[in-house]
Amino acid sequence: MSILVVLEQQSGQWHRMSWETLAAAQQLGEPVEAAVVGKGISALANEAASKKLTKVWAVEHELLDAYTADGYAAALEQLIRKTQPKVVLFPHTYQVRDFAPKLATRFSQVLLSDVIAAHVDAGTLTLVRQFFQGKLSGDVRVSGAGPVFASLQAGAWRADTLESGSAAVEVFAPTLDAAQIRQKPEAPFREAARAVDLTAAEIIVSVGRGIGEQSNLPVVEDLAQAFGAELAASRPICDAGWLPMERQVGSSGQTVAPKLYVAVGISGAIQHLVGMKGAKTIVAINKDSSAPIFEVADYGIVGDLFEVAPALAAEVRKAKGV
Amino acid sequence: MKIIVAIKQVPMRDSPLHPGASGKWIDEADLSFEINEPDAYALEEALQLKEKHGGEVVVLCAGPERASQTIREALAKGADRAIHIETDALVSFDILGVAKLLAAAVTPEKPDLILTGLQSDDLGAGQTGVVMAELLGVPHSTIIMQVEVRDSSIHVKRELENGWFQHIEIPMPAVLAMQSGSNKLRYATLMGIKKAKSKEIRRVTPEELGGTSPAVAIIEKVYLPQKSKQTQIFEGDAKTAAAQLVEKLKFEARVL
Repeated sequence: MSILVVLEQQSGQWHRMSWETLAAAQQLGEPVEAAVVGKGISALANEAASKKLTKVWAVEHELLDAYTADGYAAALEQLIRKTQPKVVLFPHTYQVRDFAPKLATRFSQVLLSDVIAAHVDAGTLTLVRQFFQGKLSGDVRVSGAGPVFASLQAGAWRADTLESGSAAVEVFAPTLDAAQIRQKPEAPFREAARAVDLTAAEIIVSVGRGIGEQSNLPVVEDLAQAFGAELAASRPICDAGWLPMERQVGSSGQTVAPKLYVAVGISGAIQHLVGMKGAKTIVAINKDSSAPIFEVADYGIVGDLFEVAPALAAEVRKAKGV
Repeated sequence: MKIIVAIKQVPMRDSPLHPGASGKWIDEADLSFEINEPDAYALEEALQLKEKHGGEVVVLCAGPERASQTIREALAKGADRAIHIETDALVSFDILGVAKLLAAAVTPEKPDLILTGLQSDDLGAGQTGVVMAELLGVPHSTIIMQVEVRDSSIHVKRELENGWFQHIEIPMPAVLAMQSGSNKLRYATLMGIKKAKSKEIRRVTPEELGGTSPAVAIIEKVYLPQKSKQTQIFEGDAKTAAAQLVEKLKFEARVL
């Protein structure tokens, strides 16, 4: 089962999920080839060639310097038509979400996005996806003539299982025309410097939709104070302006790995989980026992946070003798 | 300008979900439904653009008869009319199949802009807008926070990862997949609800749109996720549970 892995880089820096995807491919079958897309990427291609692979394609073009959906889809379409892999794997990044569905459509295929596991039985590939923001899982099979396209969820495969080797690098120069690239991107920017560095916090108390209203926030602020923790939040809380964006944990916010993470009223959508599942100990407080947050939690209390949080704050203070 | 907003009706958040008899999808009996939340933000952006630039907002929705309730709510918020691709077989189509129907319904409308939510709360594939753009032969961008209209193009703010953003200029017509949370959602007014009753909902069948292709991505079964961790759950009243938890945090996890 020939596999092509599309690695992701930006301005010469690897996206760390590229290696998870490559590790997944090594486990799924062989031969595995990888593609690096951009301009001036020979150093990156050489680095990728030190992994256990058959070949690294350096997909080079002036027009691939800045990422565009039109440019990437056109370049990779040409590479896939030339190399004809059975499976094309991507890391499930924001960038992949922007172009990979378009690419799959050109082969009359559907991208299976955010895949968490894969099995091969008698040559048939079954991929596991999540539905309803992680409340259900499902086995999905792909038919049709074209390759199977799949993007893999952050953390679903471990990059530390990646095997080393020595592969050949081949430059692939796609035929691109400036007129076919309709998106005109400007330079990426950040809104403001971050005053809060959640990544340095040893304990984080994080609040989600379950809090209901901004006026209820003192309940979790008090819990954070009892723990001596930084206060953080899931995206909806920051979107609503109840807490500043710099306190957001998740794929669009900060990625944290404290020794204790207390999730209060957070259901645990994958966008949040990828930002905190590296925490050493995870506590979840939620009224819904089927909330996905309980899948990553070490300890859980199923109940009303407005009763549990004050009780927990009191017990923590008692235990610390304050 | 003419804006089409593609919306989807999904089970309400926090609905109890169980695999249905076929094992291939959920049991939908006894569930309540609502507009997919990211699509509500796409609708809000469309209504705000119409307020600034004039024109028309057309709601496009594929789904069974019950989806007409969600369509009415969108009309009550201020959309001008709607196209309802009525089908009970939505789950048996894949993203390419649904996008083909949506694209077929969009083509004769010749819109300037097509907005949709970034992803659905049920399937969560996050691709319908991008695939529709490819089928229509128009450019797209995703994870959009802001839209500014300039002559024949749009200037959008796109979210990247880890707190980064980027502006992109795209010629119209274009498809944009909107991020949630960048606007405040409006409620329907009483007047809006009254007006919605006389607004047009054109019903079309998949067959009238030229049909669609058989699914290439097939859901074989759905099931409750296997736990990756053994979670210790503390029961009882809040005080008892909290005391047990603190005990564990102190002596087992040693984090206090």
